This record gives sequence, C-alpha cells and structure tokens, in this order.
Amino acid sequence: MLKGRHLLEPLDFSISELDDVFALAEEIIIQPELFARVCSGKLLATLFYEPSTRTRFSFEAAMYKLGGQVIGFSEPNSSSVVKGESIADTIRTVACYADIAVMRHPKEGAPKVAAYNTSMPVINAGDGGHQHPTQTLTDLLTIKSIKGSLNNLTVGLCGDLKFGRTTHSLIEALARYEGIRFVLISPEELRVPDYIRKEVLTKKGRSFTEVESMEEALPILDILYMTRVQKERFFNEEDYVRLKDRYILDAEKMKLAHEDMMVLHPLPRVNEIAVEVDNDPRAFYFQQAKYGMFVRMALIMKLLGV
Amino acid sequence: MVLVNSIAKGIVIDHVSAGRGIKIINHLGIDKAEYTVAFIMNASSNKYGKKDIIKIENEIDVDLAALGLIDPQATVNIIESHVITRKINLKLPEKVVNIITCKNPRCVTSVEKNAPQIFRLVDKENREYQCEYCDDIVDVKGE
Ligand SMILES: [Zn+2]
Repeated sequence: MLKGRHLLEPLDFSISELDDVFALAEEIIIQPELFARVCSGKLLATLFYEPSTRTRFSFEAAMYKLGGQVIGFSEPNSSSVVKGESIADTIRTVACYADIAVMRHPKEGAPKVAAYNTSMPVINAGDGGHQHPTQTLTDLLTIKSIKGSLNNLTVGLCGDLKFGRTTHSLIEALARYEGIRFVLISPEELRVPDYIRKEVLTKKGRSFTEVESMEEALPILDILYMTRVQKERFFNEEDYVRLKDRYILDAEKMKLAHEDMMVLHPLPRVNEIAVEVDNDPRAFYFQQAKYGMFVRMALIMKLLGV
Repeated sequence: MVLVNSIAKGIVIDHVSAGRGIKIINHLGIDKAEYTVAFIMNASSNKYGKKDIIKIENEIDVDLAALGLIDPQATVNIIESHVITRKINLKLPEKVVNIITCKNPRCVTSVEKNAPQIFRLVDKENREYQCEYCDDIVDVKGE
C-alpha cells in the first residue's frame, strides 16, 4: 500500500510498488481523460526553497490534470511566512490545508525532516546534491516503456557523477534490478562519491567500471545517460570552466553506439548533447519530460489513495 | 575481583580499553559527582593486556549506546550487596541519536537545529556510521 507514504529516496518503494506506479502511469498515458477528475477537492503544496521551474511545472501540471488544486512558493526569499521558520514548523502549518506536499531544498535530507513532522505524504523533489527520486521514477518509466524491461541492461552514466543527484538516484534504483551493469564515465574529479561505490554497487554485487573516455564506453551501452556539469556545485570558477565541456555527444560519436542505444538526459542541457543529435531516433530526452508528468500523476494518486 | 568487591552497590565499568576510561568519565560527567568514583588505569587484564576500570558507588543511569560507541569492548557490571547481579556486554549501537554530529555543511542538520542527529551503523569492522539525512559516512574510531 502506498497510500499515506512518503517518497524521499529512490529506494523507499519496493520493486513491486514501483511496478504498480508504472502500471498506473501506463493506464493514464493511454486514456488520460479517465483521470481528469480523480483528485478533485485535493490540494498539493509545492514548497520550493530553491527555484526549479521544470520540476515544479511537472508537479503542478500533474495535479491540475488530475482535477486537483495547487498552492505553494518557489523561492523562500519572496515569502515572509517561511523566512527563518524551521522546516518542521512550516510543514506542520502546511499540513493544515494541503493533502500532499512536494519539497525541493538546497540542503541534503530536508524533505526527511519534513516527513518526520507530518503524516501528510511528502515527496522529495530534489535535496541539494543528494537525491531526486521523482526524476528517477521518470527515468525508470522511460526505460521500461521503451526497452520493455528494466533487467539485463548495460547503463552508461556520463558527466558529473560526483554532485549530480539524478545519477546517484538512478544508480541506486537500477542496482536493484537483475543483470544491470554500470559504466561510469567521468573525469577523475567528478567520479561517484564513496557511499555509492561502497554502499550501493559493492554491497549489491553489481558490476561496474569507471572510465574517462566516452568513446571507449559507447559501443557496449544499451543506455547512455548524459548529465550536465552544474555551475552552482563548484566553489571555483576555473574548475567549472575546465570540466564543463569535457563530454560532448555529437553525431560523430553516435556512430560508435548500437543502433538501439537510448540516449537520456534529465534536462536542461547545456553543451553536452549537440543539437544535431536531437533528430537521431535514439534520442529520447524530450519524451522523458512527458513520462515525467505521467509518472508524477500516478505517484500523487497512489500516495493519496484515490 | 578484590577491587570489584570493594563496592557494595553501584556500577563497575570493566575491560575498558586502556586510555579510554577518561573519555567515559568525561561523557558520564562523573568527574564532578558527589558519590565515590574509583578510576583505575592500566590494570593488567588476562584478556587485553592493559585495561581501565571505573567503579561508581551509586545507581546511575548509563547511556549504554553512547558507552558502546566510546568503547564496545567494555562490560558494565551492576553490583548489589557486593555481588554482580547483572553483566552487560557493550556493543556498537545500531542507531545513535544526538551523540554523533553530522559534519557535512550541506546536511539539513546544519540549518535545522532542532532536528535530532540520527546515525545508523553501516560497517561494524570499520566503525562507520551513516547520517540519516544526508547519507554521509563518519568513522568513530577511538581517537
Ligand atoms: Zn548529515
């Protein structure tokens, strides 16, 4: 049962619970009109302590398409209500009006603090460089829908694997499926953090290799997950400039890949995928956003129990 | 054994790794206590070579989780009428609350001061604990 639960980390749901969410999302994709009023009278609170228009729009669109309503803020500075108030107090107040909350926060673990202080379902929409489970659900639904299954895949993750929250979540989630192999492509400075290597990959016995060359990895991949190097994660401008264009996927490099390799990217992209790749039938990153809204619709329904 | 028998009612923390006794005393705050406390350093031990022993002539509440964290090798003996009525073998606690502080500047506990500091044991051998909020790993090897 997912009713009344929180989604804080990608592993909060079992594989069979995830399958339930994906099955519902697939029903919604086929006949969205059947779900246009299921959340009528319900209120979603979007608590965005740092702006992320893309993620907020996806949640708001999901709630409106289910016939529900939305309240919230997208920058704490514009809201005197939240200024200086603890997360615990804010969530207790919001729970007086709302039925479900979505939180994005620059500090790691912030949505967990909220969840510990309310019985209302709380969804983590990104906490610092830590976790972003609904992006993971989006990625999984996209892969499952296109590849037909989440087993026996060689998955390449490329770019900023150190600070990139989406890659950490995706690795943790995919590591639970059978026959998954990882190829981690990054410069030395942006390799995955120790806890991913130790607590996730080694403990689960998943095969993984860490390489610096994208060209070397491309021929063996079923999926290539590209990420951008985020400026705000760097303390020093020089490092950012040096590393931001380290990997650029272009038509030439795509020739090295299988003809059914999928290219994914959580968006927005900067330079890491050349626009010429957009027309390649293996580019799935724009479809991903659509799957993102559908999976959030399914998630909201499951957590509300409607 | 002679020494243990010398208190009638109280607690004996035995088999403390030599040198860690002082940390336990500081943690329990018994250096300022009004009751009798005996602290023996570098006693010889068949099992460990050298050990510290702390004897407290009073029934006090001992935080076993914190003690286990400082020295999992120690044992806590409860004494009544000169005999040991209960022997507790310490171990590394699975979960500790408000003992370890998260040092990760990006962790929510750095701004949400009232949130309890929760850590869980992830690696017994290396004495590694993981922050409940940010997943950062700290090792609590005795310094
Ligand atoms: Zn922490």
